[in-house]
Amino acid sequence: MSEPTATQDLIQGTPEPTAAAPAKADKPRGLWHDTWDILKRRKIFWVSFALLLVFLVMAAFPTLFTDKNPEYATLARSMEPPSSDAWFGFDLQGRDVFARTIYGARTSIIVGVLATVGTVILGGVIGVIAAYRGRWLDSLLSRIGEIFLGVPYVLGAIIILGSVAPVQSNPGKTMIMTVVILVLAVLGWPVLARIARSAVIQAKHQDYVQAARALGAGPFRIVFKHLLPNSLAPILVYATITIGSYIGAEATLSLLGIGLRTPVISWGIAIADHTRYIRTGAHAMLFPAAFLSLCVLTFVMLGEAVRDALDPKLR
Amino acid sequence: MTEVLPETKSGGTGGGALLEVENLQVEFHTRAGVAKAVNGVTYSVNAGETLAVLGESGSGKSVTAQTIMGILDIPPGKIVGGEIRFRGTDLLKLPEDERRKVRGEGIAMIFQDALSALNPVFPVGWQIAEMFRMHRGMSRADAKKKAVELMDRVRIPAAKDRVSDYPHQFSGGMRQRIMIAMSIALDPEVLIADEPTTALDVTVQAQIMELLAELQRESNMGLILITHDLGVVADVADKIAVMYGGRIVENASVHDLYRNPAHPYTKGLLESIPRVDLKGQELYAIKGMPPNLLDMPTGCAFNPRCPYRQEKCVTDVPPLHTISGTRGSACHFWREVLDGDAQ
Repeated sequence: MSEPTATQDLIQGTPEPTAAAPAKADKPRGLWHDTWDILKRRKIFWVSFALLLVFLVMAAFPTLFTDKNPEYATLARSMEPPSSDAWFGFDLQGRDVFARTIYGARTSIIVGVLATVGTVILGGVIGVIAAYRGRWLDSLLSRIGEIFLGVPYVLGAIIILGSVAPVQSNPGKTMIMTVVILVLAVLGWPVLARIARSAVIQAKHQDYVQAARALGAGPFRIVFKHLLPNSLAPILVYATITIGSYIGAEATLSLLGIGLRTPVISWGIAIADHTRYIRTGAHAMLFPAAFLSLCVLTFVMLGEAVRDALDPKLR
Repeated sequence: MTEVLPETKSGGTGGGALLEVENLQVEFHTRAGVAKAVNGVTYSVNAGETLAVLGESGSGKSVTAQTIMGILDIPPGKIVGGEIRFRGTDLLKLPEDERRKVRGEGIAMIFQDALSALNPVFPVGWQIAEMFRMHRGMSRADAKKKAVELMDRVRIPAAKDRVSDYPHQFSGGMRQRIMIAMSIALDPEVLIADEPTTALDVTVQAQIMELLAELQRESNMGLILITHDLGVVADVADKIAVMYGGRIVENASVHDLYRNPAHPYTKGLLESIPRVDLKGQELYAIKGMPPNLLDMPTGCAFNPRCPYRQEKCVTDVPPLHTISGTRGSACHFWREVLDGDAQ
């Protein structure tokens, strides 16, 4: 019996064991391996990945790019245009725009990433609970999410930041950034909760979840070994794009004067400080604005590349 | 050994079968109304025995199995009545965490489509090993070793090389073998196979059935085989329960059922199997449609499609008449059905 079984199963398409062993190394395996396979053939991925690396290095080691002190101000050189000495010129306070732009990357990326992490944790937990428990809890959490979604983003931020900021008249850098990060996460979680909820609901009705239950898996195991790993793709894609949009949102709030403030160095603050001088000294605003756009674009492109690679219909 | 096993395996059951389902009733509450999916089903299986549950889609065979496993979605499902006794204990009365211990260890289940029943993001070996890590607290390395052993046992060629492959890299038959490996990992006493071969080629179907039969012989487990395919059942089953409209309409040994069915529905099923000697003639089909669970016919659920229908069939629900021993038929006119076949 074993003899014919083995042969017939081979005919059905199981690779021959001897042939399978050497071919194994370059064989694409699993969802993430397939995704990587597609990603590495996409130009847009490599472009965004390279840009991301540049921005990350910029954020981590700004001194590699400039040896100037971004805080050092020479009022005499206020609004001096770009020159070979200062590539991006000087700002209103006579500070080096290039140095400030480089140092601004760190703030923007920290705010974008941490606000996204907060959003993923808050939205992810709420979405997964809503989807897994279902029934009234799902309805309740979904309605709460809709209330948050109904609040216009900027309006919500103005209300929260406007009421929180004056409490400490002279807050430190960390405090200023923490508040902005929390506001972004608090206002942004419902979209992620929706994505997580729908992904988990979809996974929940798959046979393998039923099968896992039938073989004795408890709720904890079902959520962490079956539901979450299978819901990760859309969450990951949205999170990557969200980093970009949060960097933009931070700039918007800073521009309105309710987000980040000096002593923090950020692109948004640089733009906000120089909007009035756009006709006389556009450089002080345009260079940070260009970096901001490029950084947002990097994350959005990366997210879209990953989304395309994960979408089985585009394969 | 066979004498010893019932002692150890079903000790303390007070003479009952290993797994007994008694008068089980399950409803689904939907917006359109209440669907009585399972309507007083009774069956049992002993160690080493194979019970085939035969029925078409919507007959309640899978819902019964899901209820036994405790994986029925409640709501919309609702268990209205009945008992499911495993080694004498009513599973329906157990708290959830104790019930979970029965799953996998006591009763395990395999599913129709192994591709969707395996988690796509983990290697198969990991998934089998997970059973040992979860229930036996084994180390990663030991569990993986056991996984390879099991894959060998279900005859996956080059198991060692394939242990870290993903489900989609296997053929349909191989996937079902992996599903079987997972389900027998903890030596369950009862294995429920819900249409294990429906998604497979005919040649592979035979191999999988043979594998199941062999594993059953080795471990003396009770097997509940849920299927709509009469051909699959013939070789392996000891007894058959035919379901229609949420009820058991006929109970019989395989031999009796095939030779002389006692219910018009079973008879219709047997007559609608294509036969080589009747080539060229029109294939018999049971006329009409399966009953709508939201709007069941009065009396016998089969009456709108039944060639034996009389006044009584529309008014009275037929009880399961005992024909002889364990043989039963839920037809008012089972005598005529039996005789008709003898003519």
